[in-house]
Amino acid sequence: MTVSIIRFGGSNCDRDAERALEYLDIDAEIVWHEDGLPEETTGIVLPGGFSYGDYLRAGAMAARSPIMAEVREAAADGTPVLGVCNGAQVGCESGLTPGAFTTNRSARFQCEHVYLRVERDDTPWTAHYEEGDVIEVPIAHGEGRYEIDDDRLEELEADDRILFRYCDVEGETGPESNPNGSKHDVAGVVGKRKTVAVLMPHPERATLPDVGPTDGQEILRGLESAGGT
Amino acid sequence: MSAYTATVTVRLKHGVLDPEAETTKQALQRLGFELEGLRSADRFEIDLEAESAEVAHERASEMAERLLANPTIHDYDVEVTDR
Repeated sequence: MTVSIIRFGGSNCDRDAERALEYLDIDAEIVWHEDGLPEETTGIVLPGGFSYGDYLRAGAMAARSPIMAEVREAAADGTPVLGVCNGAQVGCESGLTPGAFTTNRSARFQCEHVYLRVERDDTPWTAHYEEGDVIEVPIAHGEGRYEIDDDRLEELEADDRILFRYCDVEGETGPESNPNGSKHDVAGVVGKRKTVAVLMPHPERATLPDVGPTDGQEILRGLESAGGT
Repeated sequence: MSAYTATVTVRLKHGVLDPEAETTKQALQRLGFELEGLRSADRFEIDLEAESAEVAHERASEMAERLLANPTIHDYDVEVTDR
């Protein structure tokens, strides 16, 4: 199996993702978006960064590059797809996942550790956790505030498609533990299939033990899932 | 074919928080201006050739739908003028 990490002009967490996956013994390679999706792809990472300089809106340009049609097709076939940070913005802009990530409530770039509450444990990304578990993962974004209209958000919650919410160390949500003003503290959601997920926090920066917490490891292991569910 | 300029204005939907506009408003207030609110928008001026103003409008609207605006958070309007 090979995980394809899609590199766009301006991606900058592609190598971090590669290194984290290598540490987990998951075979991965960085794929330049113009080269198309390799046939042997068994998982896809849309990495963080500033694709196309965040022109227009974060993720807007990358979401419309031809490789994303292949990514959507693979996602529909059950290939696990994980969008992280800028990759999450690309995922939402491309319609892989609902909603949009836009300017932080603070109007500033924020780089800090946050706590996330696992909202469902029956996905490949959270299979090693239990619902309600609290994990620590860093964020680094200026446009990470989750926005979606109220009716749609209600639908998502009813369909159990919220994967992670920002919370405090005890797992309580609220304005103090919500770093960017995301609606209902949403930090990550799944697509139509739970094999497709996007989140603003960086699991690949919480994987190598020498750089801090390692709670991101189990999220990345979701890329090993066979898919098809 | 005639020459037109289609002006596409993209703004946040009513009720969507706009931290940049809020920051700008506060900066104006710090300069001593009195104001109650401020909204910002992106404006794209697109020069194009089309059979009619309607066709130009249609094409610019599709550009807004497919790239310039994100329907999850934005509304947009299109105005076409002769160039």
